[in-house]
Formats: sequence, C-alpha cells, structure tokens
Amino acid sequence: MDQAQINVLSIKNIEVIYDHVILVLKGVSLEVPEGSIVALLGANGAGKTTTIKSVSNLLGTERGEVTKGSIEFMGERVENLLPSDLVHRGVVQVMEGRHCFEHLTVEENLLTGAYIRKDGRQKINDDLEKVYSYFPRLKERRKSQAGYTSGGEQQMIAVGRALMARPKVILLDEPSMGLAPQLVEEIFEIVKQLNETEKVTFLLAEQNTFVALRYASYGYILENGRVVMDGEAKSLAENEDVKEFYLGLSGGDKKNFRNVKSYRRRKRWLA
Amino acid sequence: MPVELLNVIEVMLNGLMAGIMYSLVALGFVLIYKASGIFNYAQGVMALFAALTLVGFQTGQVPFAHLINVIFGTHIEYWSDGLNTFVAIILTIIVMVILAYLVERFLLRHLVNTEPIILFMATIGLAYFMEGLGDLMWGANIKALNVGIPSGGSFWWEDVTKTWAPAEADYYGMYIDVLDVWAAVIAILLVVSLTLFSQYTKTGRALRAVADDHQAALTLGISLRTIWVIVWSIAGFVALVAGIMWGSKSGVQFSLSLIALKALPVLILGGFTSIPGAIIGGLIIGVGEKLFEYWIGPLIGGATENWFAYVLALVFLMFRPQGLFGEKIIERV
Repeated sequence: MDQAQINVLSIKNIEVIYDHVILVLKGVSLEVPEGSIVALLGANGAGKTTTIKSVSNLLGTERGEVTKGSIEFMGERVENLLPSDLVHRGVVQVMEGRHCFEHLTVEENLLTGAYIRKDGRQKINDDLEKVYSYFPRLKERRKSQAGYTSGGEQQMIAVGRALMARPKVILLDEPSMGLAPQLVEEIFEIVKQLNETEKVTFLLAEQNTFVALRYASYGYILENGRVVMDGEAKSLAENEDVKEFYLGLSGGDKKNFRNVKSYRRRKRWLA
Repeated sequence: MPVELLNVIEVMLNGLMAGIMYSLVALGFVLIYKASGIFNYAQGVMALFAALTLVGFQTGQVPFAHLINVIFGTHIEYWSDGLNTFVAIILTIIVMVILAYLVERFLLRHLVNTEPIILFMATIGLAYFMEGLGDLMWGANIKALNVGIPSGGSFWWEDVTKTWAPAEADYYGMYIDVLDVWAAVIAILLVVSLTLFSQYTKTGRALRAVADDHQAALTLGISLRTIWVIVWSIAGFVALVAGIMWGSKSGVQFSLSLIALKALPVLILGGFTSIPGAIIGGLIIGVGEKLFEYWIGPLIGGATENWFAYVLALVFLMFRPQGLFGEKIIERV
C-alpha cells in the first residue's frame, strides 16, 4: 500500500457492546485508504457487520454502542453522530440482504438514494442515468416494484441507490449473499469499475473470501470480534492459514477422508 | 320508480355518508400505521383533542382556565370573544404539529426498535394522557362546534326525488344531511391530496421508503425523527378534520374519542396500509350496516348497527386478513 495515501476511514481499537452486556467487538482497528477497496473477511458472527454498522452508526437502532476506541472519517471523530449525519458527510452503507424498498418502483428506490441531495433535479437525473449506465438491467425494469425483482437486481438497486447519494465511501455488507457465482462476479466487477472511475472507496464485508481477495487491495480477517490477520490482498490469498481456513484449499494433495486424523494446521492465533 | 326502491336508495345514500365519516377516522390510523407500523390507539382522542382546541380558540377560552382559577383564586374564563374560524383552524393545526413533535421527542424516540406491542401500549398511555390534557385545558363540558358548514336536510334534494316517485304514491322525497355531503367532499379532497403528496413528492417518497424498511431508510440519510414528526402532524390534521365533522354533527364531548372504535372494522376491511382501502372500507361498512338494519333489522329486533360492522370484520379476518386493499405481502420464492 502506498504510504503517502490518506486514510478516509480509520477505526482505532473499538469495542462494541449490544444491550449493555454482549461484547461483540473486542478491540478492532483498521484503516481504509482513499480510493481503495478494503475487505473485511471472516465467518458468521465474526463481527464484520457490527464493524460496518459501527461506522455508519446504525448500531443505535439495535441497542448496540461503541464503548471504547474511536472512529475517524477524514480525520474527524464520527462515532457519536446520527446515521443521517454520516450520509451527509459521504458515508453510505449498503446493508446485508439488500433491503430494497419493496413497494417502491426501481426508479423510486434509486431516487430515494438522492434524498439528502440539494443540488437540483437536473444533477440528480444525470446521476440516475449514470447509475442506469452501470446497471442497464435496472433501466429495463425501472417501473416495476422492487419487491418483484430478482436477487441480483435487488443487489444492483441497493448499490445504485447508495451511489445516488454521491458517497465518498460505500460500506458494502455481504454483496454476494444468496447470489449465483456469475452474478457475484458481475457485482464485484461493477464495484471495481466504480472504484476506478467514480473514485468511490469501498469497505467490503464478505464471507466469500476467494472473490473478495481478488478484487480488494487490502484485507482484514476477523474472528470472534478481533482482527486476527491483515495484509495486502495478494499476500493474504497466498497465506497458508488463509488457504486452509477460509479458502478451503489445504496444501498438497487431495484429502482422503479415511486418512484425515485431525487438522494438520491449527489456528495459532487462538493459543 | 317504485317507492320501495327509492327507500333503498335513500338508505344506501345515508350509509355512504356515514361511511365517509368512519373513513375520516380510519385514515388517521392508516397514515401512522403505514409509516411506523404503530397502531395508534390515541387517534380517536386526537380527534377529540383537536375539536376541543378548535372550539377553545373559536370561543376565546383561556386554556387551563380552571387550573389557573384554582391556583390563583381568579375567575378568568374567556380572554376575548373568540377568533375567526379560519384563524382558529390554523392555530389548531399548529397545536397538532407541536403535539406531533412532543410525541416524537418524548415517546417514539425512546422506543425505537422495540416490539410493536410496546409501542401500542405507549399509544394507549398517550390516549389517556391526552384525554386528561384536553379536559384540563378546555374543560369537560359538552360544547357545540360550528365552523360554518351548513347542516340539516336538503330541501332541494327532497323536491328532486319527490318527482321520481309515481304521482299517486304518498312520498315525501329523500332525506340527506348537507353536512354529510360536505364531509364527503372534504374527505375526497383529503384523500386525493394525500395520495398526490405520497406519490409525487420527495418527502412522500421518503415516507413510503420508511414504511417499507426503517433501517435502509436510515442508511440513506433519511431522518426517522423528521419523518415521524411529519407523519404524526398529518395524522393530527386528519384527526382535526374528523373532529370537525363529527363535532359539528354531535357536539364536542368525550364520546367523540370513541369513534376510533368504529374505525377498527373499517381498517380490517380496507387493510391497515391502504389509504383508498380506508375509504372503501368505510363506505362498505356504512352502506352495509344501514341496509342490514333496513332489511334484517326488523326481523331480529333492530339495533343491528351496533354490532354489524364488527361481525363483518370478523368474517374478513377469517378469509382475507390483510383486508381488501392491504399491501400484498411480497414474498419471493
């Protein structure tokens, strides 16, 4: 990673507690440099979504709160702002499971993304056309109710809707969920394009480690609310531990289940 | 036309008019339910409170006069001869908006993301609170409300319909209350403007977005607090309209808040989430109960209007629980 780059987002040692008792994040730190795609990886319950929600400040609606540490966006502390304040500053989250407005049409969904903008109808319409150029399929279906579109289309709506807010950073939570491999590839391809041409920075939570590491520039692996490993996406993909535990590739030959006695590798960081 | 047919038409017309009055109340419920998933038990009391406030402004009553007199030993009651009706209505609208803000600030804000039943309980509390507040502010006596809407039977309509009957029949023409006709016109205007607002404005779109998915709306920077204040203000306004109509008809008194009970079957019929549903539901119930009373009533001893709506609602709950126009539960397979 280029050292000269500025971090748009830096999370320092945060602790998140739900309902005053359930400690979910136990000191997570990470940095998102401007113009990068950073992947947050890990299994279910590792704390990926919680990390993302603590940035977008959506924790409040789930009775969670950041109790220690700090979150900085462009050098300013943001952990005590309202979700809408963050959107105004340019941080937009795309939630896991897409969360389209089912009874609104596709176009209305996209326009809702521009809710906070005050720069006039003309600019908003220009951006609408731009979103349609990235997702031509949405243009075909602009008048249909979002609830009746396919899973892939809904993911496109969710990303397109976030784009309509003209964000600096998109927090993308599990875009691959429930999508066919081909569609996952398509979505990630668009994420990469947006990153390169629109200069949108992405913080990406993903279980599909294989795809995420191919498109991201840097990765963090979470386990039980801690960052257990981090590094350049390429080097993570080469790492033997990552291969074994997250990519499902064990070193060497095919395993024969008769010969498997125990895991050859241990999660050394748990010791 | 035979007299019998004319009688049926008259009963149906009056049913339609009564139905509109039910719809006006149901409308307030639908608005809040759609936007926040809260069944607002206080809607009826809001109508009462709005009507009380309007009368108070119109007659120039001093708010909390009774309380002030008790504490300071004074004898104030009125501060002037009262305000012009138009000004009084504007002031009442302002009061309802302030009320909406207070409800958000002190009630809803602290109950974000709690179970619907808890929110429902909170609105029951709110209903009792507002009932007491209304009494304390404006006194508990029965008041007449007159905002200049004409009322009483229409002679013109009587004369017109009289000519429809055969000349030899002893027919006096149909009775229709002018106030009811006005209520119908106002209700239609209200629904049309609400529909236009929610379909074609940015705020309206945001309201619908919040209704669909709170969290996603939050991620786009839509402030739930603002939206809730807007929704409760609109519901307050609708309550005011309902309060004016019912208050002009039967006086402003405590029983006005019980009209909410009549709105319940309307909601079950029309669906909790549909504005047109509230109207159609109200009409069906209005016409249904009047016709039922006219035809079946005499056979079983009358007074069927008290329960007909609820039985109809029960039947609907069994066969179409989302109501006639309730939002389809979209489920992708």
